[in-house]
Amino acid sequence: MSNFWSAWIIVFTLPVLIGCALLLKWNLSNHIGVAEDETTGHEADGISEINNPLPRWWTYMFILTLVWSVFYLAAYPGLGQWKGLFGWTSSNQGIKSLEESRLAVEQNRAAGKMVELDREMAHADEVYGPVFQQFAKRDVLDLAYDDEAIKIGQRLFLQNCALCHGSDARGQQGFPNLTDNDWLYGGTADKIKETLLYGRKAAMPAWIDALGEQGVKEMTAYVLSLSGRVVNDREADAGKAKFAMCAACHGADGKGSLAHNLPFGAPNLTDNIWLYGGSAKAVEEILTKGRNGEMPAFQKTLGEDKVHILTAYVYRLAHPDKATSQ
Amino acid sequence: MSNKNHHEKIERSVGLLAILTVVAISFGTLVLITPLFFMDEMTQPVDGMTPYTALELEGRDIYIREGCVGCHTQMIRPFRAEVERYGHYSVAGESVWDHPHLWGSKRTGPDLARVGARYSDDWHHAHLMDPRSVVPQSNMPAFPWLEENRLDGKLTARKMEVMRMFDIPYTDEDIATASESVKGKTEMQALIAYLQSLGTHLK
Repeated sequence: MSNFWSAWIIVFTLPVLIGCALLLKWNLSNHIGVAEDETTGHEADGISEINNPLPRWWTYMFILTLVWSVFYLAAYPGLGQWKGLFGWTSSNQGIKSLEESRLAVEQNRAAGKMVELDREMAHADEVYGPVFQQFAKRDVLDLAYDDEAIKIGQRLFLQNCALCHGSDARGQQGFPNLTDNDWLYGGTADKIKETLLYGRKAAMPAWIDALGEQGVKEMTAYVLSLSGRVVNDREADAGKAKFAMCAACHGADGKGSLAHNLPFGAPNLTDNIWLYGGSAKAVEEILTKGRNGEMPAFQKTLGEDKVHILTAYVYRLAHPDKATSQ
Repeated sequence: MSNKNHHEKIERSVGLLAILTVVAISFGTLVLITPLFFMDEMTQPVDGMTPYTALELEGRDIYIREGCVGCHTQMIRPFRAEVERYGHYSVAGESVWDHPHLWGSKRTGPDLARVGARYSDDWHHAHLMDPRSVVPQSNMPAFPWLEENRLDGKLTARKMEVMRMFDIPYTDEDIATASESVKGKTEMQALIAYLQSLGTHLK
C-alpha cells in the first residue's frame, strides 16, 4: 500500500470516529427548545412525538463501540500501513504464485510473525503430522489390516473418492468398482499408489471411421462373444477378422493390457465386467465414440502421506481377507 | 416549533436528507473499496495467468445464466478447514480478469474456486445431467438441456472485445477465431471447460 492510500484511509477513518463521538455528545444535550417529555408538536394519526432523551443503554452501547474501535485500530491492521500492536494478520496477501506463498510462510515463521492461517496449519501439523508420518513409514500391506489406518483411510475415501467410486466403493457406470479385484492399471500397492498420486487417462479411440456402422455392429458381436455371450455368429466372425486393430491395447486374446504387462489401462474384454455397461448398445457406443475415462491426480490435493493411507484402504477393499491378500 | 431545531431542516427536505445520507455512507466505500482499485497486489494477475479461452468464456456465461453463483461460491477463505478441503486460499490476482467476479456469498453446494482438474470431464457430465447419479445425497438441480443446446458463436467475438476493454489481453487472433472455435459445441462442453479451468492458474 502506498503512503498516499495509507494516508487516505487514516484521513477518512479517524475524523469519522471523532465525528461520531461529537455527534453523540451533541445529541446528549437538549437544544431544540422543547423541554424534556414535552411534545415536539409533530403529530401523525393522533400519535405525537415526545422529546425524549437518548436511551441510557443505547448511549452506553454507542460509547462502548467507540472505545472498541480505538482498541481495534491500535491492535489490528486497519489504519493504512499500520500493522497493529499484535502484528496479527489473517493470511499472506498479494500472493502471485504457490512458490511465493510457500516462501512467505517460511519467512513469517522464521520472523515469528503472527499469520493466523500459518499458525492454524502449523498447529495441525504438530498434532496430526506425527500420526500420518508414523503410518507413512509402514508398509501398505501392513496398514491395510490396521484398524486405525483403515478408519482414517475410510474418511479420506468418503471425502475424496466416493463422489465417483461411490461410498461403498462399488463404482458406477464409467467409474470402476474397487472391490472386485479387477484392475485396469494394476492392483498391487505400488500401482494403486501410482494411480492415486498421478492420475490416469484412458485413450480408447473412436472406431466409427475405420469400422463403419456395420463394422461396429460386428465388432460388438465379437467383443460380447469373448465373455461367453450369445451373439450372431456370422457377425462375430466378421468382427474377429478385424480384431487386430483392438489387439494392440486389449491383447490378441482380448484379456486386456494388464494381462500383457502393458500400461494402457485397456480393460479385459473376456471377464464380463463392464465399466460402461455390457449391453450391445453400450459397447456399440464405445466403439463409435471412443472413451477417455480419467482418474484425477491426488498428489497435490492430499499429499504423499495421506495417499499412502488411502492406498492401503483401496488395497483392503479388494482384499478384505488378510489370508488372500498376497 | 423552535428555529433552534437544526435537524428539522434535514427532516423536512428529502433532497438534503438524501445527499447527507449518501455522504454519511460513502466513508465506508472510500476507505474500504476505493484504495483497492489502485493497489498493484489487487490489480495484477497471478504469474502465468492466461485469459479464458473462447469456450471457457461461453461456459462462464452459462454459469451465470443458470445461476450457479446462487449456491456455489468461488472464494476459498484462509481457514485451515477450507484450505485442506479446497486447496490454497483464493488470492486477488486470480480474479482480476473476472468481470463480474463470481465469488458468491452462499454455499448450498461446495466452493468451486479450485474445482478445475479435480474431477474428470465424464464426472462433470454425469453430475450435470443427473447430480444424484454420482452424489446420492445431493440437492442440486439437473441441467439436462445443456447437452441439447448448442452454441452459435455469434456473440463470442463481441464478448471478448468487451473483455479486452477491461485490459484482458486477448489478441486479435483470439477474437478472430473465437466464433469458429465454439460454434456447434454444446453448452455442456462449454460449462465443463469453464469449470475445469477454475483455480488452475495459481501454480
